[in-house]
Amino acid sequence: MHIVVCVKQVPNTTQVRINPETNTLVRDGVESIMNPFDENALEMALQLKEKHAGTKVTVLTMGPPQAAEVLKEAVGRGADAVVLLCDRAFAGSDTWATSYALSTAIGKLERPDLVLFGKQAIDGDTAQVGPGVADWLGIPCIAYARKIEIAGGKAAVERAYEDGYEKLEVALPCALTVLKEANVPRMASLRGKMAAKKLGIAPMTAEASGADPARLGLNASPTRVVKIFSPPPKTGGVKWQGEEPAVMAQRLADTLRERKLI
Amino acid sequence: MGLKIDLETCIGCGACVSACPFGALSQRPEGKVEVNEACTACGACIETCPVGALSMEVAEKKAEAGSLDAYRGLWVFAEQRGGKVQEVAFELLGEGRVLADKLGVELSAVLLGHQVKDCAATLFEHGADQVYVVDHPALAAYTAEPYSEAMSALIRKHKPEVVLAGATSMGRGFIARVAIQVHAGLTADCTELDVDTDKRLLLQTRPAFGGNIMACIICPDHRPQMATVRPKVFKQPSPVAGRTGRLVEETVDLKEPAVKVIEIVNAMQNEVNVAGAEFIVTGGRGLGAPENFKLLAELAEALGGAAVGASRAAVDAGWISSFHQVGQTGKTVRPKIYIACGVSGQIQHLVGMNSSDTIIAINKDPDAPIFGVADIGIVGDLFQVVPELIKALKT
Repeated sequence: MHIVVCVKQVPNTTQVRINPETNTLVRDGVESIMNPFDENALEMALQLKEKHAGTKVTVLTMGPPQAAEVLKEAVGRGADAVVLLCDRAFAGSDTWATSYALSTAIGKLERPDLVLFGKQAIDGDTAQVGPGVADWLGIPCIAYARKIEIAGGKAAVERAYEDGYEKLEVALPCALTVLKEANVPRMASLRGKMAAKKLGIAPMTAEASGADPARLGLNASPTRVVKIFSPPPKTGGVKWQGEEPAVMAQRLADTLRERKLI
Repeated sequence: MGLKIDLETCIGCGACVSACPFGALSQRPEGKVEVNEACTACGACIETCPVGALSMEVAEKKAEAGSLDAYRGLWVFAEQRGGKVQEVAFELLGEGRVLADKLGVELSAVLLGHQVKDCAATLFEHGADQVYVVDHPALAAYTAEPYSEAMSALIRKHKPEVVLAGATSMGRGFIARVAIQVHAGLTADCTELDVDTDKRLLLQTRPAFGGNIMACIICPDHRPQMATVRPKVFKQPSPVAGRTGRLVEETVDLKEPAVKVIEIVNAMQNEVNVAGAEFIVTGGRGLGAPENFKLLAELAEALGGAAVGASRAAVDAGWISSFHQVGQTGKTVRPKIYIACGVSGQIQHLVGMNSSDTIIAINKDPDAPIFGVADIGIVGDLFQVVPELIKALKT
């Protein structure tokens, strides 16, 4: 079985702070990481590899040269092969153009049985690239998967929805976007880290991917960001402190009753 | 195309480098600025340049003059599960009505399913002028492939200028395929929508970067302009009893679905769902241990049946299932009362709950960001305050 996992290098958005004086983003000291949800997709692939002998896991990312770091991390955890799709021609791609570019790179690989994605990236939060790539590849996609079992060329998948989950069945090949609750990602092994250290990653260019240049980058992207701004700073209401918990709790209950909220 | 840096003009001050939300700009050893592949062409840097060395180069408009004018009308995907229209569809009809009136066009709902025609009545009552219904056995249980094919077929035939869908597991799962199929722009998780009536553009505002910044997005050269909106972002309109409209039955040729639905398991049957709750009690990292959610359940009961929510930290720690998660990667809520206990209030949590009517925060740390959005903040140990609050509510 061949599994392709698409990952993205993202800034750790939980470390980002807003400068209260200028109301702008403070990026200093924010590290670049593998998108946390993609770690679950990779983990799902690695667990399937352990269960099904002869499985090959290829990890694909599109990004700047430094995105090679997340590929090394993937090799450290047990990925067999990596692809860095890297070209200035991709700059400014929205989800339409990104999913096209990724699908052309996948088209250059051994035909995958399974293409995995994290449920969304924490910087863009669109959750659109996984289903988009599946559409370009012409394969079904199950978004928000929390469990998978493979037997006889079919996948049994659990998909979460707002109130619960659905048990689904699909013939391979197919694509999934994977939830955090699917598994606990492993750390890189020492041996894996050694292998990753030695790894030379030659980027795949837009030309090598065979992509139609007219479908790449900013010009091929239907969406345009016209303005970026910081959300208006919030001002809180009253704050009670330094009193007995019972006093503050009673006042809260009284206030809620006074305002007819309960 | 993309960001253009005039190196002659660049004075190497570095002002743009720190303004880039994506870390795409850096200074070369001699001081001049360069841009890398991480650039999303958002334009945040352009205004920061004191000498005007930065500009955005965009290719000439590709759409042939007039070709966009063939697209008219505003559509809302009428999400239904088991023959029940989901609340998010009503919320979108409410907002869609406002936008359609501004554009001077009809508001249509698109109903996909099997034997769901009866749902049309309530869609008319919530503001739809017209309901397109595709009734097909392949649409009986939701899977992304037939849903996207049916929607794309209707879009190609009737050419709406705007299509809105709920940012739900269903909406987000299939509408991204539609955007590829009809070559349309799609903006996820919008929190604010408006229209530029001159250019007939949908102005789509959404949080990005974990909620740290807001981005306004347009689709100038492609139609329809598509967006998803989270449940509870817009208020439901009051239904007008007896209001009616045109029902248009469409036939679409659909293949047997590739994905089979074997079973649907409702995990929230015995619990109050945070998504629609009027009162929510949320626990965060400060709860310290999974068993302490019992204390919150008691508070929820004292409030007369509130839902129990959780921050990402509490869900990630494995203390409670992700169905309870509130925030950017969880659910967006809009209850009458939201009580956050031991929740620090990271921005990604705040974007999921800050439109609640009344927010109450209980936290030991007086500097916790949650107090910045709280109407009433109590600085104190939740394990002392909450039991007292339960007592006070019961008497």
